[in-house]
Amino acid sequence: MMVFSENETVLAELLSKGRELSDKKGTELSCLVVSKATGDLENRLGQYGVDTILVARDEALNRFDIEVYCSLLSEVVNQRRPEVLLVGATKRGKELAPRLATRLKTGCMADCVALDIDEEKGSLVATRLMYAGKATAREVCKTRPQIATVPPRLFEKKAVGTRRMRMVEVKAPPVQPRVTVKEVRKKEMEAANIEEANVVVCGGRGLRSKEDFKLLEALAKVLNGQVACSRPIAADLGWFTEWVGLSGHKVRPALYIGCGVSGAIQHLAGIRDARIVVAINNNPEAPIFSATDFGIVGDLYQVVPALTESLRKRAST
Amino acid sequence: MVKSIVCIKYAIDVAQLRIDAASKTPITKGAPRKISDIDKNALEEAVRIKEAHGGQVVALTLGPPEAKEALREALAMGADEAYLITDPSLENLDTGGTSTILAAAILKLGNFDLVITGEATIDGFSSQVGPRLAECLSIPQVTYVRKLTFENGKVTAERDLEDSREVVEVNAPVLLTVTKEVNTPRFPSLMAILAASKKEIKTLTAQDLSVQAGMLESTIKILEMTSPEMKRRGLILRDKPPADMAEELALTLSKERIGA
Repeated sequence: MMVFSENETVLAELLSKGRELSDKKGTELSCLVVSKATGDLENRLGQYGVDTILVARDEALNRFDIEVYCSLLSEVVNQRRPEVLLVGATKRGKELAPRLATRLKTGCMADCVALDIDEEKGSLVATRLMYAGKATAREVCKTRPQIATVPPRLFEKKAVGTRRMRMVEVKAPPVQPRVTVKEVRKKEMEAANIEEANVVVCGGRGLRSKEDFKLLEALAKVLNGQVACSRPIAADLGWFTEWVGLSGHKVRPALYIGCGVSGAIQHLAGIRDARIVVAINNNPEAPIFSATDFGIVGDLYQVVPALTESLRKRAST
Repeated sequence: MVKSIVCIKYAIDVAQLRIDAASKTPITKGAPRKISDIDKNALEEAVRIKEAHGGQVVALTLGPPEAKEALREALAMGADEAYLITDPSLENLDTGGTSTILAAAILKLGNFDLVITGEATIDGFSSQVGPRLAECLSIPQVTYVRKLTFENGKVTAERDLEDSREVVEVNAPVLLTVTKEVNTPRFPSLMAILAASKKEIKTLTAQDLSVQAGMLESTIKILEMTSPEMKRRGLILRDKPPADMAEELALTLSKERIGA
């Protein structure tokens, strides 16, 4: 089994799950890492119980060019012939894995929510969401390698102790990138990890300005929760960099409160695991009302402060 | 002059997809379909480029005969030509098979500058076909495009990644996947819809594309598909003063263990 991610945190998560699956199958676990600094690699990655670390150090790999990385992975896979290849489902991983799968003439199971080994056949069984989360599919890949992409934070990092480990140098194939990067503008990321929040207060298009999110912050504060937003608020309006939904973060809080969120199916896919869903919207026809436990048809600018006040009074008694 | 080929999918309308309560499975047979949302953004972007630089927009889809509906919409939005790849032997292909067939059709259509798809389709949302198609066609790929310009055979694209925005340049031919933020798709006028209804939609079969059955065998096997029970209580308050409804909700929530 081989794992890869250009993101070292995700790589560690994949190694941890990879170790568990490899033990079940009785196979070796290797990883491919692109790194200029080796010294610490053995310690940093070794603790997850990897058997072989493949290191690529070429300057050409400094920038993540899809065709360069696809060729690198293709060569490494053809040399080492792993049965399973896990790729971190970061945006880069998600555009790399299918291209690689076509090059290797194999299948790819994208965005898995669970991974297991079939006791009988030893094959990788991946669970994935279909139809914006309305269905769950359990799939296997009939060809080799079996490729699966795994979202960040799906699995936890688990240090199991270093074992006798090999480090192997791999060279990047000489591929000329055809895409040139002219500019990289870093985004200012929100600090908190919304996926771990116990209470999520989410704002949608019903909010008229970024400043109005203060109303949601006040509500979140009284509930010890975090503020989040739907995709248009982040991707379109740029008020935040991250969002809750099918293509963004999937949250699993005890309580989700959507304020001015209409409830598009892709957003609902991100909150399916919330224990209690509450919606506040002034449109009685909003789709979110058919997917809530409790709802209020009303103006969020009046309801949210009133709710905050009612909850605050209760908390102080 | 720019020739763009836009690959669209006549996808299951997931908002209308029903679940069979007895078997706990989604009722996909006969489920309403529509052109996948982000595919409209892809079409819109291709049409805008044509309007700015001249050229041609070709809409292409693989699907059942009913998929003509999606192509009519594409024509109404400004596509010049529409092709439907349809064949009983081409049903239920996985992403690998789908991209192989689409690539064969694209090569048959010949000399293109851009192949444009949406970031993902609304039903599968796996984001696989775009990159697979680029590999089949041996062209570079630029994904998660939220802004696009085309000048003298060169594409400049702004990509939306998790922690950054990247501006890249690449020469045509290239495959692009766009996000829904790239534009707002136009609503075709009645005139455009009427004109589209008169245009010919060309069909292609497996034989037309000389693809051997073996090349399209599914690599993925679905062991089972289930729809988890999703029962929400649906208790909605309305027509009362906001403060009263808020108070009632606060009372309800206080009875639930929210915890820390």
